[in-house]
Amino acid sequence: MATSEQTIGRSDTRGNGINLVLWAILLLFLLTAPAYIYTVFAMQLLCFALFACAFNLLLGFTGLLSFGHAAFFGAGAYLAGHAIKVWGLPPLAGILLGTAAAAVLGYVIGWLAIRRQGIYFAMITLALAQIIYFFGLQLPFTGGENGLQGIPRGHLFGFLDLNQPLVMYYFVAAVFLIGFLIIYRTIHSPFGQVLKSIRENEPRALSLGYNVTRFKLIAFIISAALSGLAGATKSVVFQFASLTDLHWQTSGEVILMTLLGGLGTIFGPVVGALTVVSLQHELSSLGSWVQVVIGAIFIVCVLVFRRGIIGELARLLKTSSM
Amino acid sequence: MAEPAATTTSEAGEALLSVRDLNAYYGESHVLHGIDFDLRKGEVVTLLGRNGAGRTTTLRAMLGLVDRRSGSVKVRGHEIIDLPTHRIAHLGLLGYCPEERGIFASLSVEENLMLPPTLGEGGMSVEEIYRMFPNLEEVRHRTGMRISGGEQQMLAIARILRTGARLLLLDEITEGLAPVIVKTLGRMIGDLKQRGFTIILVEQNFRFASRLADRHYVIEHGKVVDRIDGTDLENSMERLNRYLSV
Amino acid sequence: MDVMMRLILAQGMLGLNNGVFYAMLSLGLAVIFGMLNVVNFAHGALYMLGAFVALILSSYLGPWIGLDALHLGFWPALIIAPIVVGCFGMLIERTMLRWLYKFDPIYGLLLTFGIALVLQGLFSNYFNSAGTPYPAQPESLRGVVHLGFMVFPKYRLFAILFSIVVCFLTWFVIERTRLGATLRAGVENPELVQAFGINVPRMITLTFGFGTGLAGLAGVLAAPIYSVSPLMGANIIIVVFAVVVIGGMGSILGAITAGLALGLIEGMTKVFYAPAANTVIFFLMVIVLLIRPAGLFGRQN
Repeated sequence: MATSEQTIGRSDTRGNGINLVLWAILLLFLLTAPAYIYTVFAMQLLCFALFACAFNLLLGFTGLLSFGHAAFFGAGAYLAGHAIKVWGLPPLAGILLGTAAAAVLGYVIGWLAIRRQGIYFAMITLALAQIIYFFGLQLPFTGGENGLQGIPRGHLFGFLDLNQPLVMYYFVAAVFLIGFLIIYRTIHSPFGQVLKSIRENEPRALSLGYNVTRFKLIAFIISAALSGLAGATKSVVFQFASLTDLHWQTSGEVILMTLLGGLGTIFGPVVGALTVVSLQHELSSLGSWVQVVIGAIFIVCVLVFRRGIIGELARLLKTSSM
Repeated sequence: MAEPAATTTSEAGEALLSVRDLNAYYGESHVLHGIDFDLRKGEVVTLLGRNGAGRTTTLRAMLGLVDRRSGSVKVRGHEIIDLPTHRIAHLGLLGYCPEERGIFASLSVEENLMLPPTLGEGGMSVEEIYRMFPNLEEVRHRTGMRISGGEQQMLAIARILRTGARLLLLDEITEGLAPVIVKTLGRMIGDLKQRGFTIILVEQNFRFASRLADRHYVIEHGKVVDRIDGTDLENSMERLNRYLSV
Repeated sequence: MDVMMRLILAQGMLGLNNGVFYAMLSLGLAVIFGMLNVVNFAHGALYMLGAFVALILSSYLGPWIGLDALHLGFWPALIIAPIVVGCFGMLIERTMLRWLYKFDPIYGLLLTFGIALVLQGLFSNYFNSAGTPYPAQPESLRGVVHLGFMVFPKYRLFAILFSIVVCFLTWFVIERTRLGATLRAGVENPELVQAFGINVPRMITLTFGFGTGLAGLAGVLAAPIYSVSPLMGANIIIVVFAVVVIGGMGSILGAITAGLALGLIEGMTKVFYAPAANTVIFFLMVIVLLIRPAGLFGRQN
């Protein structure tokens, strides 16, 4: 399983000019997006892009396919929402609490799921996330089918009014950038190198003396926490948390974003999220056809486009890391 | 590559198998670089050589069990180089006994025996097989992994005798077996030769092979580098030892 | 008999009713996984497809082709639907799955997930998500049977017995016949089986067809019990995944037993603590993961 297409995702870390260009585009986009796209849409985009990047840390850089990442996204959303709305916490504290909750949940689910590998890991995470979904449906504070509504945006640091769209936007952009940098740093740290060696060849990583289980678990927790951060931020932006956030289809969508953008690439998940979220907006009038289109993209990606958009681009430009 | 001259050592028979310029690849690595050899009906030949020389790959390439191959393999006049693996056994009446025997652990001895499909007329009946290998009848309800190595080897050969295969490809059948069993196998090969089977032996155990074979092909680095007739063996020992010594 | 006991037995029977569907679906998944090393995420969607084929045969096909009087009932559906679904499965294998065997098995899961979304989306467009009742339950299976501790719908009893027979037959064919021996050998060493002259690619296609056909059959059997809904497959497949993790995918008998037992347990949970009925199977999965990570009947490797 060592040749390039047979393992899930792959890259190395040589920086180059193209990377700088992509960084520049990303920062420029973050700064200027409200000038040319609808602010709420831009914020939704950034939340999902962060979610996809967090997911990619696990699938693309560690080789673990979690089919239950909606649990962390949703848990972050519900907990932040509840903390802000019912306990009256300020927005930032609520978001951090949601993130922490997702991290704890990630610890529990990861600790359980890591006992099995590959395809079983995917099924186990899916099943465990379903427990969280039913909690979302049945627990007294979640609002059942209606979800948690009317979460106030409040004031950041006590004086920045998040009800101002631009203030809200730049807050979300900052959250995204911080999350993105954390992931970037993780990937390029010695820790990230070990993750990649686990992805390439787990038995070899084991024989080199790495505590593979521990590394996988830490990666899982980081990924879960950042997914929770994305969900929590989303709940403040939209002022609600709903069962959709916890649903398996959300887990599927984040996989698609990552796959479409390019597994194991740095900017791929952002591009993937941009594509999928835009598509959902464009097709939202078509009802269930959205699902058909999403499914069809999945099929095409898996069959003929396994490198994803950024992965293909990197191949065309003959660079190894984007 | 020297075209093997018409053989004078074996009785004249029709050419059953001819392999020409056989190349084989596993992924990117080029393992066989143009193997040539011929086999007449009723002959026993061995493929000798060091580990990794390409002997097993030669058999596997004939069966289409490599990633890519080129050249020509003709069995009974049929070109089989481009055929999918599952048609080759039928067309060539080929019986394959792989390295490590290939006994199925999840199948009983009898299920293992009955597994390969019938290829043509004249295969041995189950009764005949149990007469030839009485041990197998005793253990026929055990699973494939709960019988001795010798019994496994018997089973691996027995199951291809049932199918009506006439050309047997036997890969390292003596490996890891006690001398007394190797002796039995030797008698069995002699017996099969008497019955008119054509046999290719891939062997490490040269003493075992030398007494049985009409001809020996020495393979090195994916090529046939020498051909030694069975009758000429005494005079060629020194040469052979040089090929096979490490 | 006291009330509690009756209640337990009654819920047990209903649970068993769900259990036979879990068993049939996890059996199909196990058969497919054994041969193809693919976890078929579309299995739930194909179960839904089976139910819809039955519904279409009874209510829609006639009007579509201009024969308003044509209503193909339950018995024809019981034969036609699994064949239709099985053929659809083989088409999927031939045209798509086949190209992924050389890659990480995760891609097979993702591909079939995409197929599941497409199927679910398509049926959601044309049929009510809340479900359509299946109108053609056979006359001979209407009414109830008295079981002593409860009255039980005749049809449900039929579905339970029929499914158990199908599961047993599948087990018998795989474990006790020559055909089954060939399949098991193909799982163990496809290369050698191929060298013996058996057409393994065709065997793989047929196996996938059979496994998906089982899902279709389960769908037809489920149609008269639950209403036929585009979402019915998605709801059941995740539970069946948990069943498969609990049973271990290596064993045919394990898949059947785990399916039946977990259906029963789920039913019982309704008696003791109803809110947990949705999640009890997932929690059992957690416990099994803690004690025997390979699953109750799985081989550790």
